[in-house]
Amino acid sequence: MLAYIIRRAGQSALVLLIVGLVAFAMFRFVGDPIDNMLGQERTAEDIERLRAQLGLDQPFVVQYYKFLEGAVQGNFGVSYRQGRPVAEILLERAPATLELAMVSGVLAILFGIALGVFTAIRRDGWLANVIMSASLIGVSLPTFLIGILLIYLFSVELGWLPSFGRGETVDLGGWSTGFLTESGLKALILPSITLGLYQMTLIMRLVRSEMLEVLRQDYIRFARARGLRDRAVNFRHALKNTMVPVITVIGLQLGAIIAFAIITETVFQWPGVGLLFINAIQFVDIPVMAAYLMLISVMFVGINLLVDILYFFIDPRLRADRSGGH
Amino acid sequence: MADPVLSIRDLSVEIPTRHGIVRPVDGVSYDIQAGEILGIVGESGAGKSMAGNAVIGLLNPPAHISKGEIWLKGQRIDHLKGDAMRRLRGKEIGMVFQDPLTSLNPLLRIGDQLTETMLTHLPISRAEAEKRAVAALEEVGIPGAAERVNSYPHEFSGGMRQRVVIALALCAEPSLVIADEPTTALDVSVQAQIIALLRRLCRDRGTAVMLITHDMGVIAEATDRVAVMYAGRLAELGPVRDVLTHPQHPYTHGLMASTPLASQGKSRLHQIPGAMPRLDAVPDGCAFNSRCPHATDKCRQAPVPRLRNGQAACWYPLVDEKVI
Repeated sequence: MLAYIIRRAGQSALVLLIVGLVAFAMFRFVGDPIDNMLGQERTAEDIERLRAQLGLDQPFVVQYYKFLEGAVQGNFGVSYRQGRPVAEILLERAPATLELAMVSGVLAILFGIALGVFTAIRRDGWLANVIMSASLIGVSLPTFLIGILLIYLFSVELGWLPSFGRGETVDLGGWSTGFLTESGLKALILPSITLGLYQMTLIMRLVRSEMLEVLRQDYIRFARARGLRDRAVNFRHALKNTMVPVITVIGLQLGAIIAFAIITETVFQWPGVGLLFINAIQFVDIPVMAAYLMLISVMFVGINLLVDILYFFIDPRLRADRSGGH
Repeated sequence: MADPVLSIRDLSVEIPTRHGIVRPVDGVSYDIQAGEILGIVGESGAGKSMAGNAVIGLLNPPAHISKGEIWLKGQRIDHLKGDAMRRLRGKEIGMVFQDPLTSLNPLLRIGDQLTETMLTHLPISRAEAEKRAVAALEEVGIPGAAERVNSYPHEFSGGMRQRVVIALALCAEPSLVIADEPTTALDVSVQAQIIALLRRLCRDRGTAVMLITHDMGVIAEATDRVAVMYAGRLAELGPVRDVLTHPQHPYTHGLMASTPLASQGKSRLHQIPGAMPRLDAVPDGCAFNSRCPHATDKCRQAPVPRLRNGQAACWYPLVDEKVI
């Protein structure tokens, strides 16, 4: 198992190295940031000084090496637009995105699995059919539209929930949380539904189809023939077998939730890293863009690594090192 | 004779389809005594397994029991629903399936699968159940049972897995075991061991066994009596010796004649002309009439006589005709 983890970690590192190259390449190919940073009234001297200060006058390889060296230490340079270290800006924004993603992810997983199991067990029930039909909406409507519809309904028409922002936050040693105030919690509701709805319906439909497949298996029939209670058959025997493929997808979807928070954050003006990224694109703030790219890929790769390790705990057939077989 | 453990009376199973109702089991009756092994033999689609599924209450809808009665140890069970039926499964009726590779949940240790079955049915503690799980594995001949309870199904070979399946079917000490093609998926060398095991365990405990198979070798080796099914109906029922050596129904006769014997060498095998009718096209009268060399008009019109004293459901039972 250890060898497997080391091998997977090596592959992960390689992926990150390649993403790093792409992120770095942006510096070379996307416009000249100096133009944006200095106003109309600039001298050739100003330009040269700033170029040297930012290290943009050095050769490609040196710049790439410096970029990697910095990236490993969490140093992504200085934002062209705000003139502050990128790491500092990201850290400031990260809690907002992570809290939003966490709430959406938990909602999506809990409701996705629960509804998936329900619609699989009550396959022919009317409620299951209604849920299945409704889930098509979640799959097919684009995220921004769902967000706008929710805002219209709950903020504009009913006036129950705020339409933008995080509400009041409490600072817990550098981590600003919205979980501790009423307005913070209220502000979380609409964005997290918007962000999590697609993943929820996806997980639900996947759990349902996997579970229906599992329920047809001989060992489920044998479990029934042994007179086990429905609850034991459905949850102990069927659900566990359903989870192996589902966990793969959930892992990828968690990464996607963080990455695609961009749209939700834009719709709700949520002060997270997604919104930061959108603003960075408008200003060609390449250090921020590069850092964001790296951050997201680290998350994706990390989650995938976790998922691969999780398999070991779910499926004994993968634990090759403790085989007593013939 | 004591009351039979299982008594099936005029049992019919129907499946409504778009083209009308089909009857995969049609008016079947038989008894199984304690400690007796009844073989059910027939081609695929003859209704062997369907009858077994009806007894244990696991017919897949829309298949359902349309007629007849099933009695288990003096209790009528064919109309039991939901939880009442579930309590009987595993506790009073054990079942062994065909393919041991797919019958066990791959993600649960076999010890856990044994204890959960026992804890569901027996008023015993977890510690006691764990002790009995080891004993159950020892009984079915799994070496090193004390360690093997912690193994997963994939760590066993096919034959060993079928032993585990048998241990699972018997762990709550049911009075009836339905073994649905228990050896079909196994190597020939393992088949004999599994059959011997099943026989020994059921003899020792006085368990009644319904052994469903299409393998005449298994029937000859393991069973006390045999029921031959054809197109959902009982063609012949009697002590295994009589049925195999002196079949009275022309179908059984044909079936025996078409079983290859090593001693026969490579001579051409007998074939019954035609094929078993589809369930939606069973002819009037005797279901076998279109393929029977002895069929008369009577066979094509009148309903077949029920099995009473004679062993075959036939107007013209073969007398003293040896299998070629």
